[in-house]
Amino acid sequence: MRNLVPVLTILAALLALWYAAAVALNAQWAQDQATRAGTTLTLPALVADTWSQDKPKLPAPHQVALEIWNTTGAMVLEGRGFSKRSLFYHSWITFSATALGFVLGTALGIALAIGIVYNRTIDMSVMPWVIASQTIPILAIAPMIIVVLNAVGISGLLPKAMISMYLSFFPVVVGMVKGLRSPAPMQLDQMRTWSASAAQTFWRLRLPSSMPYLFTSLKVGMAASLVGAIVGELPTGAVAGLGARLLAGSYYGQTIQIWSALIMAATLAAVLVGLIGLVQRITLKRMGMA
Amino acid sequence: MSSNTVISAQNLSLTFQTGDGPVHALKDVSLEVEKGDFVSFIGPSGCGKTTFLRCMADLEHPTGGTLTVNGTSAEEARKSRAYGYVFQAAGLYPWRTIGGNIRLPLEIMGYARDDQEARVKRVLDLVDLAGFERKYPWQLSGGMQQRASIARALAFDADILLMDEPFGALDEIVRDHLNEQLLQLWDRTNKTICFVTHSIPEAVYLSTKIVVMSPRPGRITDVIESTLPKHRPLDIRETPEFLEIAHRVREGLRAGHGDAV
Ligand SMILES: Nc1ncnc2c1ncn2[C@@H]1O[C@H](COP(=O)(O)OP(=O)(O)OP(=O)(O)O)[C@@H](O)[C@H]1O
Ligand SMILES: [Mg+2]
Repeated sequence: MRNLVPVLTILAALLALWYAAAVALNAQWAQDQATRAGTTLTLPALVADTWSQDKPKLPAPHQVALEIWNTTGAMVLEGRGFSKRSLFYHSWITFSATALGFVLGTALGIALAIGIVYNRTIDMSVMPWVIASQTIPILAIAPMIIVVLNAVGISGLLPKAMISMYLSFFPVVVGMVKGLRSPAPMQLDQMRTWSASAAQTFWRLRLPSSMPYLFTSLKVGMAASLVGAIVGELPTGAVAGLGARLLAGSYYGQTIQIWSALIMAATLAAVLVGLIGLVQRITLKRMGMA
Repeated sequence: MSSNTVISAQNLSLTFQTGDGPVHALKDVSLEVEKGDFVSFIGPSGCGKTTFLRCMADLEHPTGGTLTVNGTSAEEARKSRAYGYVFQAAGLYPWRTIGGNIRLPLEIMGYARDDQEARVKRVLDLVDLAGFERKYPWQLSGGMQQRASIARALAFDADILLMDEPFGALDEIVRDHLNEQLLQLWDRTNKTICFVTHSIPEAVYLSTKIVVMSPRPGRITDVIESTLPKHRPLDIRETPEFLEIAHRVREGLRAGHGDAV
């Protein structure tokens, strides 16, 4: 309860700000319309108009909320929860690419981190490329990945997942290298006194020590994966997915649709990152590390 | 070198190459440790006690002289798991229970499952921690954690125990108690123990042989054979015999310090 008051206060402040911004941004259009019709607007009428336009510059919160409800809950009630107009359907499309890309990126990231920690040559040769890969803007490289993969006959889920992977492996590499190197020299010496093999040291010391680092990286990687999947939907002219909804919305000036897709994407990210946080809490608790 | 010699160092030297030039951590150190000996190493900070112990454990490589452990090289001794090493910090894994921590070296060395269980029980009894098997390290006091780390070094069949200031961070009372237990344990198991300490009473109380070292370069200045009986109640520390040995150790330390003190 004590946490609820500040949270609600901030939420209310944000909503107030949003409504105010909607008035400021949409007023011009409302005024123009009125002038063209040869009428003048009273202040209440102006405000009411700015909050209920069809294609506002900035839709008001309740407009976005209504749109989201119409494309999610309402459709579920009608029994069409998974139709092609439903945001659940589009979220699922984006989620599947995100999840696949996240799994691939995590696997690649962990594999690279193990190579980097255990092999000096890999450390010297691969790490610069890993860093360089992240300096290239994803928007520049995403269309190329899609086009190249399309040329060899791969389309649909995989190209989008590749872009997700491209973005999500990086935090995992960085975090896991740090995590696998986190055991103290004394702990490594201790393993040596027991004449432990490299594999035993890895499974019993380095890997468990790296868990807190892994989970932190996974959270960042998951968010990056989602961005990657959405970006991957933009250049393909895809018809499904949250990215496609964003793109279609911007073609037709459907700002309400854009915002509802954005909010849906943010919610999806929050849920996915929250899930990792949950797994983290349970795992670390069971490991006695939290 | 008699057939009973467990550790033998001849003119052992170790020079660390550092940014500010070479550091002579050990120079011409010679020492024989017999089977069943309890040897304490005492000396001012930086005199190479830890370095010497780490050489025996093959964690550090001497740059001169010879060192044999159980008649073989230190590396072979390490690979044949000839010793247990107790570090200054307990170093228990937070994600393993006390039992799990003690089981760790046993798993690594491939002891059978039921043997592991029996050994964990036995050493926990030995260090008075019976009943704490399922607790996590953070649920134990510092002294209990240190005992658990000693139990871990005792769990496998190593005849040598190397201990680097294991009780350094503990208060007097706990320390006395652990000293007593350590002596009993040594008596019962007939292990050879090398023990680093900064405390003169501790060294005299525990040891059959006290090695006094001095720094820059690290070397042995005196080796004192204790005349105390094997059975030592705590109040032996008030006897004239004890005080005489302590006095000799103090003299050795002072001499090692040179004119500086
Ligand atoms: N890895 C290393 N690299 C460089 N110098 C080192 C290294 N380890 C130890 N030394 C140096 O060697 C000397 C002996 O160190 P050592 O740790 O053996 O001392 P110590 O007798 O154990 O001291 P203390 O009582 O403080 O633990 C010191 O001067 C130390 O600075
Ligand atoms: Mg030391």
